[in-house]
Amino acid sequence: MSVTLKINGETRTLNADPESPLLWALRDELGMTGTKFGCGIASCGACTVHWDGVPIRSCQTLVGDLDGAEITTIEGINSKAAEAVQAAWNELDVPQCGYCQSGQIMAATALLAETPKPTDEDIDAAMDGNVCRCATYARIRKAIHVAADKMEG
Amino acid sequence: MLHLLQRPLEAAKPTRRTFLKMSAGTVGGLVIAMKLPGVAEAASDSGEFIQPFVHIRPDNTVIVLSKHLDKGQGTATGLTTLVADELDASWDQVQVEFAPSNPAVYANTMFGVQGTGGSTAMPNSFIQYRQAGAAAKAMVVAAAAKDWGVPAGEITVSGGVVSHASGKSATLGELAGLAAKEEVPSEPALKSPDQWVYIGKSFPRLDVKNKTIGAPNTYTMDFQRDDLLVATVARSPRFGGTVKSFDAAEARKVPGVVNVLQIPNGVAVIAESTWPAIKGRELLEIEWDDSAAETRSSDAMFAELKDMTTKPGVKVREDGDVDAALAAAEKVVELDFDFPFLAHGAMEPLDVALHYDGESAELWLGSQIPTIDHNVASTILGVPFEKVTINTRWAGGSFGRRAQADAHPVAEVCLLVKAMQTAGMELNPVKIVWTREDDMAGGYYRPMSAHKIKVGIDADNNVTAFKYNIAAKSIIKGTPFEAMLMKDGVDHNMTEGAHDTTYDLGVFSMDQSYQETQVPVLWWRSVGHTHTAYVMETVIDRVAKEVGKDPVAFRLELMKDDPRKANVLKLAAEKAGWDKPAADGRHRGVAVHMSFGSYVAEVAEISIREDGTVKVEKVTAAVDCGTPINPDNIRAQVEGGIGYGLGAILRNQVTLTDGYVEETNFDTYESLRMSDMPEIEVHIVASNEAPTGIGEPGTPPIGPAVANAIAAAKGEWVTSLPLTKAGLV
Repeated sequence: MSVTLKINGETRTLNADPESPLLWALRDELGMTGTKFGCGIASCGACTVHWDGVPIRSCQTLVGDLDGAEITTIEGINSKAAEAVQAAWNELDVPQCGYCQSGQIMAATALLAETPKPTDEDIDAAMDGNVCRCATYARIRKAIHVAADKMEG
Repeated sequence: MLHLLQRPLEAAKPTRRTFLKMSAGTVGGLVIAMKLPGVAEAASDSGEFIQPFVHIRPDNTVIVLSKHLDKGQGTATGLTTLVADELDASWDQVQVEFAPSNPAVYANTMFGVQGTGGSTAMPNSFIQYRQAGAAAKAMVVAAAAKDWGVPAGEITVSGGVVSHASGKSATLGELAGLAAKEEVPSEPALKSPDQWVYIGKSFPRLDVKNKTIGAPNTYTMDFQRDDLLVATVARSPRFGGTVKSFDAAEARKVPGVVNVLQIPNGVAVIAESTWPAIKGRELLEIEWDDSAAETRSSDAMFAELKDMTTKPGVKVREDGDVDAALAAAEKVVELDFDFPFLAHGAMEPLDVALHYDGESAELWLGSQIPTIDHNVASTILGVPFEKVTINTRWAGGSFGRRAQADAHPVAEVCLLVKAMQTAGMELNPVKIVWTREDDMAGGYYRPMSAHKIKVGIDADNNVTAFKYNIAAKSIIKGTPFEAMLMKDGVDHNMTEGAHDTTYDLGVFSMDQSYQETQVPVLWWRSVGHTHTAYVMETVIDRVAKEVGKDPVAFRLELMKDDPRKANVLKLAAEKAGWDKPAADGRHRGVAVHMSFGSYVAEVAEISIREDGTVKVEKVTAAVDCGTPINPDNIRAQVEGGIGYGLGAILRNQVTLTDGYVEETNFDTYESLRMSDMPEIEVHIVASNEAPTGIGEPGTPPIGPAVANAIAAAKGEWVTSLPLTKAGLV
C-alpha cells in the first residue's frame, strides 16, 4: 500500500507498512533523522512533528492514517515562530545532549503559533509532554519567553 | 549472559595491563604534539597543519580534536576553548571533531586509557590542550618570522590574525602549511590568566546550532548507509537467563526481516530497517533458561541488604572503638535508609553500528571509553587493534550508562556480525538499536543500597561517634576496573562522600557489604555520592535538630580544615537569604557536598500543596570548581545536575518482581518534567585553583536539600526513596 502526503511542503509517497509509525518512515525511508526515537509510546515527545500545524507524536501515528496529511518536521519548519524559537535556543545555549531538542522545538513552535505570549502555566501545559533528561527545562522556559518577545519585536 | 559478554574482554589483556599501569601511577608525560612523519609532511604540502589536537586548514578553519565524548556536558566546547585561547584563534573559525581511538595519544591523563568519566575531562586536559594550542601558535609565529624576515618576538597573534609592526599580516590558515614544517616546541609557554581571551568567559557552545535544526549524522541513532541492516536483540527478561529454545517462524514472515540469529546473550532480528526489526522481535517465541538468573523481587533484595547492614562488613574506615563510643554517649540518633535501583534513562537509547569486512572493522557509537570498546571489538572479531576504527558520535546523554567495563553493546554487535558471517550472510554494515524498554529493563543500574547510621552525642551536645554500615552491589568488583579502583578489598566508589567526610564526627567507623546479584550495576551521575550525600547531609540535619542548632551554623562548626566547602555553604546561604525566615508557605533545606574535586552547596525552597505533596519552588546553588572555564556551561551543568537528581528522588525506582523489571519506559519510570522544574540560581566562586569537573557535582546535594526542607515542613526525614513511596509526590 502506498500513502501520498505532504512533508515539509513536498508531495511524497510512502511505500511503508500502513501499520508502521510515521517516525520510522521519516527516519528510515526518507532519511530525515531530525525527528528522534525516544520511547516509542508517546511518553517523551522526542518524535514530535506537526500534522496540519498541530504537534503530534510520530511514534504513535500510523502511516496508513496519513493519506493527504500535511506533515512538518524539524527539517522543514520556517515560520516566524520557528525562527524565533531556534534563534532563542541558540542565544541561551539551551541544548545539552540535544537529543530531545527537535521535539522541544516542535512543541514550542506550535505553542507560540497558537499562543504568541504564553504564561508559565501555558508553557507547563504545552511542554510537559516533552522529556529532557538533561533537564534543560529552565532554559527552555526562558527561551520560549525570549522567542515570544522576538515575535513581538 | 554477562559472563559470555565478559569473556572476550578478559582476553583483552592490553586493557587490563593499562589499568594496572595507571593504578601504579606510571602514566607518562602529556602528549601535546608529535612528529607525524608521512602525514604531517603530506598535509604541509597541501597547506595544512596537522597535530594530534589541532588542525589548521588552508581555508582558515581551526579544528580541535576532542579526546572526550560530549554527551551534553559541554566538554567539546570546553576543550576547544582551551586551544583557541592559547592559539589566539577567532571563535568564528574554530570547530570541533571527536578524536579517533588511540590511547597512546588521546589517553585521559588521569585514567591512562582513552575515556570520559568522573568529571575529569577539564581537569586532565587543562594543561594539555592549552599546551597544544600554545605549541601551534609558536609554530605559526616561527613560520611567519622566517617568511617575513622579522624576529619572532615582534610578531603578535590576535583573533586569528598574525601580524607585525611592519604591516605584514596573515591568517592562521595562510601560514598553516609553513607552520607544519616548524619544530614542535616541547614546553611551550602558557598565558597567564590575565591574558586569557576565552577562558573564564561564556562563549557559545559549538554544537547548539546542529542540535536545533535536526542536523543529520549527529547521533549514532542517525547513522545510515544504503546497505545498512538494523537489528534488535531479544535479551533475557531476567538478568542472567539464557536462551533455551526459540521459534522465529512468525518473525521471519514480517516483510523487511532478513534473518533471525541466536547470539550468546539472546536472539537477534536482522532487518532492512528499524520498524521490521522491532515488529519481528515481538513475534519471536523464546523459552528462557533461568537456572542461573536473578529471580528475586526487590523486597527480598532490600531485606537482604538491610540485614547486611546489621552485621560487620569490610572495614572502610575505623578511627577507634565506635561501639564503645556509642555506649558511652548520652544520646544515640539512629537512621536507616534504603535507595532503589535507578536507570540512567538517557534520551538516546543505546545503539551502535559496525561494518566488518572480514579484515578490518569500523564502529560508530557514542564511545565513552574508546580503549575498552576498541579492545573488545579487536578481540571478538579477531582483527588487529590497528585495523579497528572507532568513529565517536555525539551522544544523546549518558549519565554513566555509556561507560561500561565490559563494552557490552560493542561486544554484542561484534558477536552478531560473527554470527552473520557464520550463517553465510553478506557482511553489510549493521546497527543494533535498543528500544526504550531494552535500555531501561537492561540493567546497569545505580545499585540499590541500604544504610544504617548510629550517631553518638554527649551531654554537651558534641558528636562523639558515627557508625555507618552500607550494603550494595559493588560497581567495580569483578570487573577490569577492580585492579585500578579497589584497594585491600575495599570499594571506595561505594563509600566516597562518606568515608572521606571532613565533618568532625568523633569516632568514625564505616563498614561495607557487597550484595551478589546477576543484576548488572554501573555508575550513575556522581556514582557513590548519589547515596552518600543524601545520607550524610540528612543525618547532619537530623543531628542539628537534636542538639538545637541551625543547620548551616552546625555544619560550619563540624567542618574541619575545609575552607572551600565552608565558603560555598556560606555563599549559598547568603544568596538564599538563610538569615531571614522563609516566606509564608515556604520551607528551606540546605546541603553541601564535595564530589570530583568540586564543592556545591544548595538551598532548596519548597511548598506543600493542599494534598500534602511537595513542590520544589527554588534552588539556590553555590559552586566552586576551581578556575571556571565557561561560566555559562557551569551554570547549565548545575541546573541540569539538579534537575537530574531531583527527578530521581521524586519518582524514580526500578523494581523487580520475581526477577522481572517493572518499570520499562517513561510511563512508569516518570521523568522530571517542565512543571516540576524549580527556579534555579547558580553562583560561581571566582577561583585560580586548577579546574575540577562540573558534569556530576551539581547532582548530589539536591536530594538531601529537598529532604531537609521537607523535614523543616513536616518534622520528619524521608529515608526511603523515591518520595512517591511516602505519598509526597
